[in-house]
Amino acid sequence: MPLNKFLTKLPAPLRRYGLIGLGLLLPLLMQLTNQPSYLANIAVTVGVYMVLAMGLNIVVGMAGLLDLGYIAFFAVGAYTMAIGSAHGLNFWLALPLAGGLAAFFGVLLGAPTLPLRGDYLAIVTLGFGEIVRIALLNLGWLTNGPSGISGVPGPIVPWIGTGGLTWINLFQPVQLYYVAFGFVVCVYWITTRLKASRIGRAWIAIREDEIAAKAMGIDTVKLKLLAFASGAALAGMTGVLFASQLTFVSPDSFTLIDSVMVLSMVVLGGMGSVPGVVLGALILIVLPEVLRGFSEYRMLLFGGAMVLVMLLRPQGLWGEDQQSSPATIDLPVPSNKENVRV
Amino acid sequence: MPPLPLLTVQKLTKRFGGLVAVGDVSFVVEPAEILSVIGPNGAGKTTLFNMLTGIYDPSEGSAALGQCSLIGLKPHQIVEAGLARTFQNIRLFGSMTALENVMVGRHSRTKGGFWAALLPGKLGRAEEAEILQRAYEELRFVGLESKAKQQSASLSYGDQRRLEIARALATDPKLVLLDEPAAGMNPKETGELVDLIRGIQARGVTVVLIEHDMGLVMRLSDRVVVMNFGEKIADGLPAEVRANPQVIAAYLGSSPEEAE
Repeated sequence: MPLNKFLTKLPAPLRRYGLIGLGLLLPLLMQLTNQPSYLANIAVTVGVYMVLAMGLNIVVGMAGLLDLGYIAFFAVGAYTMAIGSAHGLNFWLALPLAGGLAAFFGVLLGAPTLPLRGDYLAIVTLGFGEIVRIALLNLGWLTNGPSGISGVPGPIVPWIGTGGLTWINLFQPVQLYYVAFGFVVCVYWITTRLKASRIGRAWIAIREDEIAAKAMGIDTVKLKLLAFASGAALAGMTGVLFASQLTFVSPDSFTLIDSVMVLSMVVLGGMGSVPGVVLGALILIVLPEVLRGFSEYRMLLFGGAMVLVMLLRPQGLWGEDQQSSPATIDLPVPSNKENVRV
Repeated sequence: MPPLPLLTVQKLTKRFGGLVAVGDVSFVVEPAEILSVIGPNGAGKTTLFNMLTGIYDPSEGSAALGQCSLIGLKPHQIVEAGLARTFQNIRLFGSMTALENVMVGRHSRTKGGFWAALLPGKLGRAEEAEILQRAYEELRFVGLESKAKQQSASLSYGDQRRLEIARALATDPKLVLLDEPAAGMNPKETGELVDLIRGIQARGVTVVLIEHDMGLVMRLSDRVVVMNFGEKIADGLPAEVRANPQVIAAYLGSSPEEAE
C-alpha cells in the first residue's frame, strides 16, 4: 500500500496539521458539489464509525479480546441521549453520562468473561450484544420498544443572535460534521497516546502472550477490564452523537451486522493500528456509497473487495509492518532526552 | 548466624489428577548464589518453576521469598515481590520490538495509569523516560542494544533467549528463574551466556536455572538440586552431586566419566 508509506515519509507536523486542515476545509469543498448536505451527512457517519473503530481497536486490536457485541455499548450511549433528552438532558451532559454508563456495561460484560479468549469470548460477547438489543426491544416503558424514540435534539451551543446570547441546536449536517470531526481528532489523540503508554504496552503484551504478560508483572484482570471499559466508553459517547445525527434511535440500528461491520473496519484497516482502523472506517462507509450506482451488485462488489484485501494484505491495509510499528518509530535513544516521545 | 535464605521451598507438591508432577520438594536458595535444578525430561523442573511464579497453584507445601509467602499470590504480585522468570519455550511479545519487550518488564515498577497516559504532565513524561532508559540499559547488559528496534520475533534464537533475560531483569528481581537458557544455543553463545549469568550474579541478583547442558551447570553453579520423577534426589555442590551414585544412575549415565 503506497499510501501509508507515502504518509509516513512526510514530516510529522505536516502530516498532522495537513490532515486536520483538510478535515476543517472539507465542508467548503462539499459546497462546490451539488449535494453538500448529502455529503456532509455521510461524512458525519464516517466520523461516527471512525470513533467506533478506534474504540473497538482498543479491545480487539490492542488487548486482543475478540468482541462481537461491541455495538451494544453504542446502543447504550444512543439510548442514554434519547431518553435523557426527553428529560431535559443536553448533548454535552449526555456525553460523560453515556460514556460512564457504557463503561459500566463494559465492566459488566468483561468481569465474567475474563478467563475466556478467542472463539469462546466471541460467542459470549455476541450473546451480550443480542441481549442488549432484545432488551431495548422489550423494555417498552423505557425505550418505546421497536418503534424507537424520535425527536432527539442536536448538540446545543451558545450563539450571539439578534436577541443577545442564546442557545441554538446544531442539526444541519455541516454543523454536526464539525462536532464529529472534533470527536475523531480527540479520540485519535487519546488512542494514539494510550497505545504508546505503559497501559498500551501492557494491552499489547496481553494480546501477544497472556502468560508472559502475567509473568512480567501485568495485572491482566485489571488491564482487560480497563480495555473493555475504555472501548465501551468511546462507543457510548459516539452513540450520543449518532442519536443526535439521526434524531431517532431504534433497536434496528444496533444489530449483530453492525458489530461485524465495526470489526471489519478494524481488521481491514489493520488490527492495533490507529491510522489503519480510521482508514478502514472511511473505506467501509464510503465504498458502499460510491457503489450505489451498481445497485444490486453493490454488496457483491463490497464483499469481493474485502476478500481481496484479506488475501493480498492479511495484516490489514495499514497494518503494523515489521520495521515501522507506529508506537516506536519515533523513539530515539535516550542520549538526547529532550526528544523522548511519551 | 547464617543469613536468612532468599527462597525457602518446603514440601512443595503438585498433582495433576493421579499424577504427582512434583512431590514433597524442599530446598533453599541463598542470596546471590547460582543454583541449578537438573533432572531428566519430565522430572518436574518446569512445574516447580510454574508453582513458584504463580502459574500453577501448588497442591501442598509452601514457598517463601525472604519473609513473603508466595502461595496464593497472583503471578503479577510475585513479580512485585521480586521473583522474575524466563520460559523454556520462549514467550516474547513477538510483534513488539526488542526494546518494547524490555519496557513491558518495567510495568510492575512503574505507576503511570490511564489518565497519566492522557494528561500531559512532567511526572508521566519523566517516568516514561526512565522506562526507556532502563530498557536500553538492560539491552546493553545482555548485548542486544544494537537490535533494540528489531521486531523480537525476527531475532535469532540465542538473541531471543537473551532478550527474555533482559525483560526479566527489567522487573528489578531479587531472584530470577531461568528455564533452560542455553537450549538451542551454539557453543559460542553458551560461552557468552555463562558470562551473562555471572554478570547477573555480580549485580546481586540470585539465579536459579534449569539446564540440560551439564558443562554449563558444572562450570556455573554454586549448588545443584537434582530431580527425578517429581522428587528431589540430591542437593549439594556440583562435585558432590556428580559423585552421587543415585544421580549417576538416574540421570548422568552409568559412570562418572560420562558425566563430563
